[in-house]
Amino acid sequence: MTTPILEARDVWRSYQRGAETIHALAGMSLTVQPGEMVGIVGRSGSGKTTFLNQVGCLDTPTKGTITLCGTDVTGMPEKELVAFRRDHIGFIFQLFYLIPTLTAVENVELPMIFARERDRRARAREALARVGLSEIHALPHQLNGGDMQRVAIARALVRKPRLLLADEPTGRLEHGARVAIMEIFRGLRAEGLGIILVTHDPTLAAETDRIIELRDGRIVDERKAG
Amino acid sequence: MAEAAVDQTATPVAEASGLGKIYRRGAEEIHALREISVAFAPGAFSCVLGPSGAGKSTLLNLLGVMDVPTAGTLRVAGATIAEGGRLRLSEGGRDKLRRENIGFIFTEFFLLPTLTAVENVQLPLLWADKDDRAYAAELLERVGLGHRLTHRPTEMSGGEMQRVAIARALINRPRLLLADEPTGNVDTTTRDGIFDLFRELNADGLTIVLATHDRELAARMDRVVHVREGRVVEETA
Repeated sequence: MTTPILEARDVWRSYQRGAETIHALAGMSLTVQPGEMVGIVGRSGSGKTTFLNQVGCLDTPTKGTITLCGTDVTGMPEKELVAFRRDHIGFIFQLFYLIPTLTAVENVELPMIFARERDRRARAREALARVGLSEIHALPHQLNGGDMQRVAIARALVRKPRLLLADEPTGRLEHGARVAIMEIFRGLRAEGLGIILVTHDPTLAAETDRIIELRDGRIVDERKAG
Repeated sequence: MAEAAVDQTATPVAEASGLGKIYRRGAEEIHALREISVAFAPGAFSCVLGPSGAGKSTLLNLLGVMDVPTAGTLRVAGATIAEGGRLRLSEGGRDKLRRENIGFIFTEFFLLPTLTAVENVQLPLLWADKDDRAYAAELLERVGLGHRLTHRPTEMSGGEMQRVAIARALINRPRLLLADEPTGNVDTTTRDGIFDLFRELNADGLTIVLATHDRELAARMDRVVHVREGRVVEETA
């Protein structure tokens, strides 16, 4: 049997606000297999981003376990966790978060710098070719939104992660760019990446293998997409 | 706050003469800047004031070597970028000049959400294969965030994120700090705190050019360059 890329079991994330306890996540469980694209929908505040932060090792659950590629990361020491995250997970955000003073190819090199890896330029070029961007020396302000997101996707892919977490990746894009980004995701899924896509965009959600709907930190519906 | 001594006879950190920028959109030509002649002396704290669309960001992008002019002469940090509308510095040369001499701050903070404050500050240096975590930490201390080194952007307020962005802009010990509407995303109290920080950095000798449409903020600066429809229409000191 194939090892799932993600197994989240009964994940809780609770915050204390004064005397009150707020459960941003209240018992979330989700399994993602290699080559599977899962859509997460739900209103603002339903727990979507909090869940991505737990799965992406950017935050620690109050309760529950998260297993990534067969490794239980719950309770892993911070330093190890950061290294694990950098090796296994790619992040894509709505606002791209490109460094405006660095060119496209330089932005893609960033994750390799932190991992102290070699052949940075060649690998960054390869990642940009894969997402179809030719203006590799352009600065972000010289690119349109769709191309900025291509750069951000190339940056997320350059260290060959197993799991891609995308938080409203097409939220700021026009129709044409949304279609192109979705095409890239389809290709990545075919290559065996696990993808979790948080989105408000019904067209995008329809492209996923299944959609889970969150409300108050819980799954309230799960359905086949399309 | 003491003001930095400004020597107007010294070679300017950035100097434009007859500077122009035309963008082409299909058959249409958009004149973003026309005939701009302006100089920024070492240690000066200058404001570029104008309404949205006046050409402020285009001017800052040229001064910061993020874009190239289509007319005129531009010198930055001792290098000639363009002369009489002709480029004098290669793309690689411009990248190097920008990386070594310019600090840039924007309305949006552009911090990487997966990195801590100190890692975000280190980024520009790491890119050049240098590593100086101690200096990054010192800069965060300098902007009042010594207690937030290992926090990530999502754990911070807007004002704190902008302070991290300022520390990041300082990591290469820039000769010129360019700030494009740096307080456009924060409330007035936070704005005043950020502005005080710029004042302190200028008092330490840093040359700063700040672009804004905020007249109240402009009134607090040594020198104001008024820009409208791509031209400098007035200069006040």
